[in-house]
Amino acid sequence: MRLEYFQMLDEVESLDRDRCAIVVRSAVPERSPVFEGHFPGHPLMPGVLLLETMAQASGYLILAVEGFRRMPFFARAKEANFRNFVRPGEALTITAVRVHDGSGFAVTKASIVRGGDTICDGELMFRLVPFPAPDLEVHVRNEGLRLGFSAGDE
Amino acid sequence: MASTFETVAEIIAETTDVELDDIKPESHVMKDLAVDSLAFLDITFEIDQRFKIKVPIEDWMQKVNQNEVDSAEFFVVRNLCKRIDELAAQSVAA
Repeated sequence: MRLEYFQMLDEVESLDRDRCAIVVRSAVPERSPVFEGHFPGHPLMPGVLLLETMAQASGYLILAVEGFRRMPFFARAKEANFRNFVRPGEALTITAVRVHDGSGFAVTKASIVRGGDTICDGELMFRLVPFPAPDLEVHVRNEGLRLGFSAGDE
Repeated sequence: MASTFETVAEIIAETTDVELDDIKPESHVMKDLAVDSLAFLDITFEIDQRFKIKVPIEDWMQKVNQNEVDSAEFFVVRNLCKRIDELAAQSVAA
């Protein structure tokens, strides 16, 4: 994870195309300017960044099963629950399952687990649109390769 | 068993701030009920789930945006229900 760059995912552990499910690993950094403000003397991973982490795992799941054809933009979160705190240096496992494949949108259920403890979960919706900028498409594809998707996934 | 209109009206009322009694067959979902595009995605999600169909909202929006079809053809509740019934019938037949 590089919080300042919104790079929330480290590596895809598994992708199940039949179930439309993904498991991703990510480690919270020991140090980040984010922790200087959230909170002084008591660093915690902000809930909005946990939500973003679930959204990115969901987004790369949708990208992978759709062949990186369209950009999933986070549209809404429903019933997002934050059940445990996350501290610097902790290892997280993020899971996302596509529960609905709509026309121009998709819905996922995602969760973050640390060890056996659920950190957060929620239902997320994405609008699927053509990539609005070539640079964004290149970046997303390169990030996909960094995460462990092969060129054949695209 | 609830009619398509009753189910759709219930979905709109549950998904948005619109009162159930304000939803009429002749209501335009966007123009009369002030449902925005994000809320309509939520409505579409619920319709897809309950009727076990895939409302082709992308195709509809493209036709409306290119002025091929008046939006009332898709988004007046009566017409929306008619298209849901057609999609459900196709889904059963498939």
